[in-house]
Amino acid sequence: MAAKTYDAGVKDYRSIYWEPQYQVKDSDILAVFKVVPQPGVSREEAAAAVAAESSTATWTTVWTDLLTDLDYYKGRAYAIEDVPGSDEAFYAFIAYPMDLFEEGSVVNVFTSLVGNVFGFKAVRALRLEDVRFPLWFVMTCPGAPHGMKVERDLLDKYGRPLLGCTIKPKLGLAAKNYGRAVYECLRGGLDFTKDDENVNSQPFLRWRDRFLFCQEAIRKAEAETGERKGHYMNVTAGTMEEIYERAEFAKEIGTPIIMSDYLTVGWAAHTSLSRWCRKNGMLLHVHRAMHAVMDRNPNHGINFRVLAKILRLMGGDHLHSGTVVGKLEGDREATIGWINLLRDRFIKADRSRGIFFDQDWGPQPGVFPVASGGIHVWHMPALVSIFGNDSVLQFGGGTLGHPWGNAAGACANRVALEACVQARNEGRHLEKEGKEILTKAAQSSPELRMAMETWKEIKFEFDTVDKLDVQHR
Amino acid sequence: MSTVQDYPSRLSRPESRKMGTFSYLPPMGEAEIRRQVEWIVQNGWNPGIEHTEPDFAAQIYWYMWKLPMFGETDVDAILAELKACHEANPGHHVRLIGYDNFTQSQGANMIVYRGAAV
Repeated sequence: MAAKTYDAGVKDYRSIYWEPQYQVKDSDILAVFKVVPQPGVSREEAAAAVAAESSTATWTTVWTDLLTDLDYYKGRAYAIEDVPGSDEAFYAFIAYPMDLFEEGSVVNVFTSLVGNVFGFKAVRALRLEDVRFPLWFVMTCPGAPHGMKVERDLLDKYGRPLLGCTIKPKLGLAAKNYGRAVYECLRGGLDFTKDDENVNSQPFLRWRDRFLFCQEAIRKAEAETGERKGHYMNVTAGTMEEIYERAEFAKEIGTPIIMSDYLTVGWAAHTSLSRWCRKNGMLLHVHRAMHAVMDRNPNHGINFRVLAKILRLMGGDHLHSGTVVGKLEGDREATIGWINLLRDRFIKADRSRGIFFDQDWGPQPGVFPVASGGIHVWHMPALVSIFGNDSVLQFGGGTLGHPWGNAAGACANRVALEACVQARNEGRHLEKEGKEILTKAAQSSPELRMAMETWKEIKFEFDTVDKLDVQHR
Repeated sequence: MSTVQDYPSRLSRPESRKMGTFSYLPPMGEAEIRRQVEWIVQNGWNPGIEHTEPDFAAQIYWYMWKLPMFGETDVDAILAELKACHEANPGHHVRLIGYDNFTQSQGANMIVYRGAAV
């Protein structure tokens, strides 16, 4: 091997980090970035710069480079593609060798992939669109504490999506009244209720009081309906010590499920909680506050499909995924893409759904996607059609806003859900025949009839900001 | 307030006890049950039958009726087996399961005969 010599100074990144002939290895972590380069910077140079700055390089050559085998350690840009519908952005495909990353540490991978490079001057905007995690890395991460299959067995619920509701108003209720709202929802036919993400342990509702009253609500609703129930007890807190204390108490009182906000608590904290849940037989519901800060801008940030994959690695039994049809942002095909990434064993690359790479999850269990936000009974046919059985559908206002109260609202949702499942199983087209299906079910359910009258006119028809990249946008 | 309806669920009212998927709908007729059996067959799931005394409906394990009908795709044969289980265990709850061996979960699980509520 010819010896390399030290040549100080600033070199073009492309001379080292652009390798269009590179054959990717099964063990590589692959990433695709959408890059908008600064004017005057070529695509190859910008792509190479992203590869360099997110792996081994700094801005100038250093003599210690020559003490390493750079060809073994460096990330390299191996392909460039046009972004459909954009004249200025392009996709840069980058391969990172396995030795760059610590086993089992999503934190470590993303400290590289979305580290300093996102503030790098040679690119005007940068978005991480997808990441392929090799099986060796998948298998060193904890994964879901239980997964969909075990959760169904624990709760004895099969053949339909699960139903939930976030308790509102999200701030201000005292513990006994809060537990009342939970009890009414659960006795009406919901499987779960949920703490709002903002509900942690404020002065008007300390966590211990909330947990105890909610557990009482669960017990009575279970006795009354003969079905298993849960309330996502939010253990999100300011320190890990507090989080563990709340989780331990939830376990002590025999509740089946707790929740965490995986972005605001931090990835290391969330992963620790996920491991605790596996060890302690506790289901883990995961909310995603802050995601839109990262994933909504189509040119800069991290696509939600990457954040969803991260959660599947760190572990959670449920993850909020968007609804497609409700009040919150969400492109239909893109959403189907990441709910499949949460649930399936192996997901093939499918550009029509924004999936750039095959992803093999090995034996890691699947995660329930959660559709929540601005949905009500009229959305039920579309939700069952889009999400299928393996999902949690959460109606907050769509339960609590029923004119006869939470139990009637919950019952209306449960009747609508079961009617849609029955009709789908009979081979009917839910999105075309939704109105007839619901109208027929309402004949034997005054609660559903009332819900249909109440929410008939509500629609959310703003255009989606973060769309898939397609021509003629 | 007179327009607000009360929700009639009660601990003291046995009909308030539910039985999983489809238990919030009116009981299905024969034709409707047949359609759900067809759904199990179409999905390639293995039909299985379980039953229990209504007093023990909340327990995880019910009695298994014979063995799951692996590979059975004849809807009439499945319906006949449900009827046989019902006749041999009058007063029991009887449920039909579609075992999905790919996910090792149950793709379907529904009550076909309800015993007296308790």
